[in-house]
Amino acid sequence: MNDLANAPMTTNPPKRIDFNTPELQRKRRIRALKDRFTRWYVLIGGLAVLAAITLIFFFLAYVVAPLFKGADLQAQDAITPAWMQDAGKPLMISLEEQNQVAMRVSDKGQALFFDIDSGAELKRVDLPVPAGASVTAIGKDQPGQPLVAVGFSNGQALVFRHTYKVSYPDGKKTISPAIEYPYGEAPIALNEAGVTLEHVSLNATDSTLMLVGSSGSQLNVLSLTSEENMMTGEVTSEQKRIDLPQMTEPVKNIFVDPRQQWLYVINGRAQADVFSLRDKSLNGRYKLLENGDDQITASAQLVGGISLILGDSRGGLAQWFMARDADGESRLKQIRTFQMGDTPIVEITAEERRKGFVALDASGKLGVFHSTAHRTLLVDQVVDGQGLFGLSPRANRIIVEQGGKLQPLLLENPHPEVSWSALWSKVWYENYDEPKYVWQSTAANTDFEPKMSLAPLTFGTLKAAFYAMLLAAPLAVAAAIYTAYFMAPSLRRKVKPVIELMEAMPTVILGFFAGLFLAPYVEGHLPGIFSLLMLLPIGILLAGFIFSRLPESIRLKVPDGWESAILIPVILFIGWLSLYMSPYMENWFFGGDMRMWISHDLGITYDQRNALVVGLAMGFAVIPNIYSIAEDAVFSVPRGLTLGSLALGATPWQTMTRVVILTASPGIFSALMIGMGRAVGETMIVLMATGNTPVMEMNLFEGLRTLAANVAVEMPESEVGGSHYRVLFLSALVLLLFTFVMNTLAELIRQRLRKKYSSL
Amino acid sequence: MKQNSLNGWFKSGAPGVWISGGAVSIAVIMTIGLLAVIAVRGLGHFWPADLIHASYDVPGQANHLVIGEVVQKEQVPRERLKSAGLPVPDQGPEFMTRELIKVGNRDLNGTDFTWIVGEWLTNQTTPPELMAIERREWGNFYGYLVNVKENGKVIAEGEAAWPELQARVARVNELAAQLKSLEKVDIGAINAGLERIRLQGRKLELSGKLDAAAQADMDADRAELNARYQDIEARLAELHAQFNRDSLTARDANGKEVVIDIGKVVHAFQPNAMGTFTKIGFYFSKVWEFLSDDPREANTEGGIFPAIFGTVMMTLIMAMIVTPFGVLAAVYLREYAKQNTLTRIIRIAVNNLAGVPAIVYGVFGLGFFVYVLGGSVDRLFFPEALPAPTFGTPGLLWASLTLALLAVPVVIVATEEGLARIPRTVREGSLALGATKAETLWKIVLPMASPAMMTGMILAVARAAGEVAPLMLVGVVKLAPSLPLDGNYPYLHLDQKIMHLGFHIYDVGFQSPNVEAARPLVYATAFLLVLVIATLNLSAVYIRNHLREKYKALDS
Repeated sequence: MNDLANAPMTTNPPKRIDFNTPELQRKRRIRALKDRFTRWYVLIGGLAVLAAITLIFFFLAYVVAPLFKGADLQAQDAITPAWMQDAGKPLMISLEEQNQVAMRVSDKGQALFFDIDSGAELKRVDLPVPAGASVTAIGKDQPGQPLVAVGFSNGQALVFRHTYKVSYPDGKKTISPAIEYPYGEAPIALNEAGVTLEHVSLNATDSTLMLVGSSGSQLNVLSLTSEENMMTGEVTSEQKRIDLPQMTEPVKNIFVDPRQQWLYVINGRAQADVFSLRDKSLNGRYKLLENGDDQITASAQLVGGISLILGDSRGGLAQWFMARDADGESRLKQIRTFQMGDTPIVEITAEERRKGFVALDASGKLGVFHSTAHRTLLVDQVVDGQGLFGLSPRANRIIVEQGGKLQPLLLENPHPEVSWSALWSKVWYENYDEPKYVWQSTAANTDFEPKMSLAPLTFGTLKAAFYAMLLAAPLAVAAAIYTAYFMAPSLRRKVKPVIELMEAMPTVILGFFAGLFLAPYVEGHLPGIFSLLMLLPIGILLAGFIFSRLPESIRLKVPDGWESAILIPVILFIGWLSLYMSPYMENWFFGGDMRMWISHDLGITYDQRNALVVGLAMGFAVIPNIYSIAEDAVFSVPRGLTLGSLALGATPWQTMTRVVILTASPGIFSALMIGMGRAVGETMIVLMATGNTPVMEMNLFEGLRTLAANVAVEMPESEVGGSHYRVLFLSALVLLLFTFVMNTLAELIRQRLRKKYSSL
Repeated sequence: MKQNSLNGWFKSGAPGVWISGGAVSIAVIMTIGLLAVIAVRGLGHFWPADLIHASYDVPGQANHLVIGEVVQKEQVPRERLKSAGLPVPDQGPEFMTRELIKVGNRDLNGTDFTWIVGEWLTNQTTPPELMAIERREWGNFYGYLVNVKENGKVIAEGEAAWPELQARVARVNELAAQLKSLEKVDIGAINAGLERIRLQGRKLELSGKLDAAAQADMDADRAELNARYQDIEARLAELHAQFNRDSLTARDANGKEVVIDIGKVVHAFQPNAMGTFTKIGFYFSKVWEFLSDDPREANTEGGIFPAIFGTVMMTLIMAMIVTPFGVLAAVYLREYAKQNTLTRIIRIAVNNLAGVPAIVYGVFGLGFFVYVLGGSVDRLFFPEALPAPTFGTPGLLWASLTLALLAVPVVIVATEEGLARIPRTVREGSLALGATKAETLWKIVLPMASPAMMTGMILAVARAAGEVAPLMLVGVVKLAPSLPLDGNYPYLHLDQKIMHLGFHIYDVGFQSPNVEAARPLVYATAFLLVLVIATLNLSAVYIRNHLREKYKALDS
C-alpha cells in the first residue's frame, strides 16, 4: 500500500511513489503466482475435460478390440508321468469343468484319472471288459454329455459315464472322479454274431439310448427305451433293433442326430450315407470330397449335434449339415470349409458351449476354429507327430498325448463367434435352409448358435432414418426458407420460439405419443392419413390461388409475409376434412377396413407400430434440427446478393431459387446431414414406436429394429465382457463414428460457407 | 383468360411461397397440436367424470347392467364391427358408436375397461348416490353403498352410511400415514443400522482386527436395534388391527353385494352428486396427490413423487458437476489456448459431441463408470460389502456423471459463445490498468459471461432432464424402494438406483400389464415433463435474448 490515498491533498508537488517497497514486491509476486496458478489450473482442467470427452471413443474401441483378436495358445512344460509305462494306447482324453482332473481311456479297458497340472495318478478304474475280449472302439455322446460307449472285439458294447463331485473337506476344494454305468455293468450285445466292433456311437435322450456299432460294412442299431411306471416307480426298459439298408463300403465313423432323426455314416474313402431313423430308409449317399484321391480322416459333431465337421487327408476341414433344398427335401450340404495345413487331420473335438472346434493333424499342428463366424483363430505346432488330445469343457485347456508324453496347453479364445463376415454378410446358420442376415443374440438353451448379424439392425436404422427424412427434409427446408426469406419479422419472432420448443421436446414423449396415440390412430384412419398427405399441398395451392383472386381491398389488408398465418385455418380444415372423411373412404373403397385390405388384398404385412409411425414421430423430432441450421444458412445470405437480383427484375421466388438457395445450398446440405445423424442415433422414439423386430423389409407398414434401440433393449441383460456385450459396444461405436463423421462434415461445410459469406 | 391467369400465377412463383409458408404452418400446428393433446389427456384424467348406470342389450343375449365412466367414444364402420364378430344387424346405419367404458371392479370382472356398442346402451341414468371408491389395490370400485360395519357389526345404513363412511376413510388414511412412517422411516433406520454393523464386522474381519471386544460391542448394538425393532413391530401390529377394523358393503351393477375393507379405500366419492365447485376442489386435490404420492399397483395408480424427486436429484448433481467443468473447458479454449488448427479441431469435436446419440453415452457410462470405475471403487473402499456391489452397479452417481458428460458440450458451447461476445476492449482495458490475466478473468470476464454460463447450465439441465435412453443403462429403475435422500447415514445415497419421469413414461406406457388403466397417468406425467422442460428452455431463451441486448449496448 502506498500512502497516497491517506496523504492530505495539498498544493505541494506530488510525492514520487515508490513501487518497489518490499510489501508491494511481495504483493506483485503473489499476484504473478496466482496468475500462473490460474493458467495451469485452467490448462489442466480444460484439457482434462476435453480428454474425458474423447475418452468415450477410445474406451469403446478398447472394449470392442478383443472381438477381432485371434486365439492365444500357451504351451506348458511337457510331463511324463510314471503311470505312462504300462498305460496302453490311449483312445480318448477328457477334461472336467474345473480343469483339475483329466480322464484317459486306454485300449486295455482302463479309465485313468490324473491331475492335469502334475500328471499324478488320482484313480484307476478297470472297465468290466468281457472275458477274452479287448477294447476295439470308443464313441462319445454329444459334446458336453458325459456318456461314453466302448465296443469290444466280441461284438458287445458298454456304456459308462464319468462324473466329478466337488466337495470341500477341511475347506479345501477336492474333486473326486467316478465311473458310473447308467445302463448296467453288463455289456450290451450289439453285434449278435459276435463280430468285432470297429466303431461305436451313441446318443441318449431322457428316455431313449440309441447305440450304433459297425463291423466292417455292417451296421447294428439298437434303441433302448426305459419307461418309469407312474404308479409303482418301476423302471422297465425295452430293446429294439432298427434294421437299416445294407452298406457296401467299410464304415469310418457313425453319428446319431440328437433328435434321433438322422444317422450319419461316414464310409468308403469320402462318402456319407444318411439314414432316416424315423422311416428307416436311406436319405441319400453324398460325396464329401471333390478329389477322388482324398479321403476323410477325422470327423466330429459340433455341440447340438446338427453339424458334422469332416477333416480330410489334405488338411482341409468342412462343415456339413442337413438343410432343405428347393424341393423341400432334407439333404446333407456342405456349408463352409477351412484349411489347416497339408497333412491329414487326425482328430477333431468340438467345444462344449460354443460352435467352435479344435483339430489336430498328423504333423502335430493344432488348429482352433469357429464354424458360424468362419474363423480360423489359430494354427500352431504343438507336438511332433501324430497324437491324441482332450479339450476342457470351457475350451481353455488342452492336453495332447504324443509319444508317451503329455503336453498341457492353455488356450485363450474369448470371442471366436464374431468376425467381420459374420457381422455384415449373410451367414448360413444351423437349421436354416440358406444363408441369411439374422440378429438373434440369445436363447434359452445352451447349444444355441448366436446369430449376430448387424446387417438387419443397420438396415432398420437406415430405414427409420429414411422415412423420417422423407417427412422432415422437405418440411424443414421449406419452412426454413420461408421463415428466413419471406416471413414478416414480427411473425418470425413468434415462430422461432415455437420451433425451439419443438426441438426441446424430450424424445421419450414423442416416442410414447407415437406408440400409444399415433400408432392406433393411424391404424384406424389410414385413408385419412394418406389423403391428408395428398390433399395438403393441393389445398395450400388452392388457398393461395383463391387469395390472389380476391379483391385488392381484402388482399392489401394482409401484410406481406403473413401467408403462414392465413394458411393455419386452411390446413386445420383440410386435416379435419381428411380425418372426418376417413371412415367413409374406408367404407367406399376398402370394404370398411383398410388395414384388412392391405394385409388381405395386397398381401402386405401390417404391424400396428410400423415405419410409417416412426417416420412421422422421428420426422417431428428431426424437423427443428434441420430447420434451425438451414434457416441460419438462408438468413445469412448477404443482402447485397438478393437485392441485386431483385433490382435486375427477378421475382422474389426467382431470387430465392436461383440466388439464395444456390448460395445457401452447402448450409442446407449440412443441415440435412445433421438431421440424418440425429435420426440415425435416436433411441427412445424407435424403441417405443416400432415393434423392435429385426427384419429386413423396406415395407412401410412393417416394424424394424435399430442399432440404438437394440443396445437399449439388450445391454442390461448381456454378460459383462462376453461377445454379445462387446458386439453391443461395437454397434455403439458404429453409431458414434457415423454421427461423428456426418456432423464433422456438416460443420466443415458450414465453416467454409461462413468464410464465403464474409468475403462476399 | 382464367387458364391464362392460373398459368401466370404459377409463373410468378407464388405457389412456391405458399407451399413453403404452408410448411411453417404445419410445423407450428404439429407442435401445438402435440402439446394440446398431451395437456388435454393428461389434465383431463383428474376430473371426476359422471358415472352412468345403464342396461346393455346385445341382440340375442340376455341384457345386463353396467356402471361406469365413458372414457372414449368413436364412430366405427358397421362392417368392421361385424368382422370383429359382433351380432350387428345386416341393415342399418353405415356407422355405429363404439364406447370405451371404465367399469372398474377388476376383482369381480377381471378387467377395468370394456368396449361396448353405444347403440345397445339403453336406460342410461346418472343417479347421484352412485359411488366410486378408489382402492389401494384392484383399481376403482363403482357401485352403491349399502352399509358401513365396524368389526363386522353394522353401524350405519341408508342415508346415514355415506357421512359415516367419509369419516372412517379419513381415519384410515391417517392410520395409513402413521403406518407408512413407521415402516419406511423407523424400520428403514433399523435396517440401515443393522447393515452398517454387519459391514463394520466384515471390515474388521477382513483387516484381521475382529476380536472379542469388538464382537461384543457389535452384538450389544445389534441387540439394541433388535429390541427397538420388536417394539415397533408390536406397534405396527396394533395399528394394522386398527386399520382393518371397519368395512363397508356395496352393491355392484347387477345387485351383487360385496364387502370391502375400509383399510383398502383411499377415497370414496359420488361424482354425480358433486357440484362444479366441489369437482374443481376434488380435481386439485387429485392433482396434488399425483404430484406428492408414491405410485401404487405397479405404477399404474397413485402419484409420481419418487420419480419427480429422482429426476430433480439427478439433474441437480449433474448440474453441480457439469457447470464448473464445462466453464473450465470453455475458458481454456477461448482465453488460454492458442487459436490454431488444433483448437479449431477440438472446437469442432466438442460441437459434434453434442450430436452424438445419447445411447452411446449410456453404453460408455455402463462400461466405464459402472464396471470400470465403480468396480475399482468397490475393491478399494467397500471390500466389506463384496461380492454385493456398492458402486459397481448402476446408480444415481453414475447416472448423473453420464448425463454430465452428455451435457458438457452444451455448457462449453454456450459459455464460449458468451466469452466470445465480450468485446476485446473490455479485456484490454483491464490488462492496460495492470491487472493480471487471472484477475481480468475473475473480476471482469467471468462476471460478464455469467448469464451465458447460466444459459448453458439451463440448456444442459433441460437436455439432461429429458434424456432417457442412457439412463436405462446406468441407474434408473421402474420402482426404487426408497428415495436417494433420507435420514439414515450417509443421508445422500449416491449408490442407490432412482426413478425418473422420462423412464416412468416409457415403463408405465410400454411395460405395464394394464396399459389401458395407466394411459392417463402417462399423459399426465408426460405433460409434467414437457412443462418442466419448456419452462427451462424458455427461461434460457429469455436470458440469452436479454444478454444480447446488454452487449449491443456495450458494442456501440
